[in-house]
Amino acid sequence: MDQQKKLVVGWFSFTCSEDSTILFTELLNDHLDEWKKVVEFRYLKALKSKNEIAGLDVAFIEGAVSSDTQAEEVKKIRGHAKYVVAVGACACTGMPSASRNEFVSDEVNQKIAYYLHHFDYSQKVKKLDEVIKVDDQVPGCPMTVSIFLEILTKYLKLFNISPDA
Amino acid sequence: MTVEEGVVTDLKFIIKDYRRFYTEAVKGKPLIAVPSFLSRICGTCSVAHLFAALEALEKSQEIKVTEQTKLLRRLSYDGLIIRDHALHLYFFVLPDILGIDSILDIPDDPGNIGYTLLHDSFDIKKAGTEITNVIIGAAIHAPLPTIGGFLKLPDPSLFPQLISKLEAIRPQVLRGIKTFSQWPQSLMRNSDYLCLRNDRQFDFLEGQIINSSGKRVPEEKFHDFLKSVVIPYSQAEGYVFSDSHEDYLVGALARINFNKDLLHPQTKMDCQTYLQTFPSNNIYHNNLAQAIEILQCVDDALDILKTIRINQEGPVRKSFQAGIGVGVVEAPRGILYHKAVVGEKGLIEDYDVIVPTAQNQINIESDLKKYFNENLDKDEQTLRLDAEKIIRAYDPCMSCATNFLKIDWIRK
Repeated sequence: MDQQKKLVVGWFSFTCSEDSTILFTELLNDHLDEWKKVVEFRYLKALKSKNEIAGLDVAFIEGAVSSDTQAEEVKKIRGHAKYVVAVGACACTGMPSASRNEFVSDEVNQKIAYYLHHFDYSQKVKKLDEVIKVDDQVPGCPMTVSIFLEILTKYLKLFNISPDA
Repeated sequence: MTVEEGVVTDLKFIIKDYRRFYTEAVKGKPLIAVPSFLSRICGTCSVAHLFAALEALEKSQEIKVTEQTKLLRRLSYDGLIIRDHALHLYFFVLPDILGIDSILDIPDDPGNIGYTLLHDSFDIKKAGTEITNVIIGAAIHAPLPTIGGFLKLPDPSLFPQLISKLEAIRPQVLRGIKTFSQWPQSLMRNSDYLCLRNDRQFDFLEGQIINSSGKRVPEEKFHDFLKSVVIPYSQAEGYVFSDSHEDYLVGALARINFNKDLLHPQTKMDCQTYLQTFPSNNIYHNNLAQAIEILQCVDDALDILKTIRINQEGPVRKSFQAGIGVGVVEAPRGILYHKAVVGEKGLIEDYDVIVPTAQNQINIESDLKKYFNENLDKDEQTLRLDAEKIIRAYDPCMSCATNFLKIDWIRK
């Protein structure tokens, strides 16, 4: 019997509290057995060390983009994924991770200058669609579970993958 | 890491998480908005940050919360610890014990011990999450706790189902404790240990900070005893305890080492054998200590749920005043410090946070040095995996990131 095709998924985290990743691990309490039949988690550093970025059907990306290095990484992910979904408030809106964009006080800016200059921070923190094309968004802080499940179901259907097959 | 003539001469443990500067972002904000904002520092510790911020701000305003508020916070914190420790132990550490890469590799075979333990973890995590859902509105970035108490009190009609779930997971928790106790992994090193101790009960929220030499430091003085160490290659600051100038460890291992006499009587009875392991200098016993703390929190939550009577009361409110407040709690992974400086109009003038992973950073580095020096004859893949296991044992905030470990070898 042919093995059923699975939706090839990557899950990535950038600058954020990783609350949506934690919530995702909570969803596994109820969904892992079902998802293992229809989803291949090809890139999921929260749970595995052997990860690959090539050939992703959908990349779920959590977090804002704080540096040029991170920008290059998300562009690389975009290049390997047919679809990209921004997950959580930081990826969708930049906030609250982009709080430093709003700093106007010279005193505050001097205080954080050490980090900005010593490490490779970009001038501004960006939301995901300021860096790459985003196909869908799961808003919320952490992500709204019902929307995440709807979007996952949408892509399973789009790739003709049935949980009942 | 630099190795010269078979000896590790330099090792730098680098945390690469980008800073978000939240303690700067809260300056000028009204204090009422701060706890919810700062809970966003960490997804998995969000309740710990929320409660540390509430404590710091309440102290700055000299607000004393009711006994009911204290009890409900304690109950919801039990939920946090149950959920958070179970995530760490079963999702991140269990694959190491089973000798596999990931929980995703556990076979779909109910006869397999990995399958049993993984499905235990689903029930345990859910029970913890449901406590927080019922008491504080959510497990992550909970909306109901506020300065002075609760915006909405829990519905007691939901307590019987929480009790049933906690009673149902108890045998599963015991199975986990047995599993983590049987893992023979060992890395022993003498360092100092720090944790909160409340002489009345095993407590994550109230007490004084104690260390191995018996020093007792009130929460508000804690920062005075820490010496911040700038680690130029890392984005996180490190700390040494200025009393001893030694590296120190915070977390479940410190708590069980110092406070095992205060555990719930039922927990103590059922963990009698395992508790003989403590005090321990083996970092891997942080995992066993966490497993025991899950049982402690199950038993403590059961007591509270069976006895509490909810009185309808609003949060304690006062006019704003200028003040300084410190909140110290035991986050799942160790001491968490918040300090708030509030102006007379209730706006934040200064804020400081010290997280447990930063405190453990120097200790992790010292552990890794010791491990590598004693094991350089092993192949690089084994060394890398063992280094990951050591870091994972600390349950660092970037737990999810321990699979990111990269080692740059410089051999001379």
